[in-house]
Amino acid sequence: MNFSAIVLPYVWALAAAGIGIGLYLSFFVAPPDYQQGDSVRIMFVHVPSAWLSQFGYGTMVASSIVALIFRHPLADVAAKSAAPIGAVFTFLALVAGGLWGKPMWGTYWVWDARTTSTLVLLFIYLGYMALWATIEDPNRAARVAAVFAIVGAVNLPIIRFSVDWWNTLHQPASVFRLDGPTIHSSLLWPLFVVALGFTFFFIGVLMVRMRAEILRRKVRTLQMQQAAA
Amino acid sequence: MDSWTEFFNMGGYGPYIWSSFLIAVVVMSGLALQSWLDLKKQKRLVAELEARAERKRS
Repeated sequence: MNFSAIVLPYVWALAAAGIGIGLYLSFFVAPPDYQQGDSVRIMFVHVPSAWLSQFGYGTMVASSIVALIFRHPLADVAAKSAAPIGAVFTFLALVAGGLWGKPMWGTYWVWDARTTSTLVLLFIYLGYMALWATIEDPNRAARVAAVFAIVGAVNLPIIRFSVDWWNTLHQPASVFRLDGPTIHSSLLWPLFVVALGFTFFFIGVLMVRMRAEILRRKVRTLQMQQAAA
Repeated sequence: MDSWTEFFNMGGYGPYIWSSFLIAVVVMSGLALQSWLDLKKQKRLVAELEARAERKRS
């Protein structure tokens, strides 16, 4: 608790710096793409959001595994707190992708493997949150939700490799490739700055949500004690 | 056309670009705000419950 109170201001400062500088770079430094023109700037929201949608799920799965094996009480707090943040980034990746798709593909939405598996990721997040919301006993909810999160992790490699396994309209990977990025550095490094800002934003919100969740459990315990007394 | 109009026009892609950034700003601010308000609410509830327990004891 104390740790997060000390670290949190720095996390917010780094998030604000990353997003602020990233926005500046996105609009004033990054050049228009030679094919996509200015519409390429949507990538600076879309791609970091998509990365964070996966990072969020990864956090959830890792915490769920720790929660199931080591029963560390903070682990299921972390998993539960990461879910809405990951869901928000998945939503943003889909919306920004659609807004780019309309002028570039001629449609807001297409049922290709990448977009569909990302939509499935959003539904998995919502299902996970629904489990926490509907199961009364928090210990049982934590176990059921953890198993659900781990099973849902099969979707992560499907999203990652969807562009290779299927013939998608969505373009293949251009940043994290074995043979190096195929995207020009003038567009690549603003992308990394925004992504770094988003990552710190994710960590900041996660810490706030975890503190709130710990207190929520304390409230529950105090209420039960007072009801019994 | 002055340079700002040109800037907001974004080569004709303005509406798509600006709405994608605006939605991101609004949704992310909303998430941060909701998380912070929830934290404040839980802090208040804990304080109230602890005060009540204290009163019962005395």
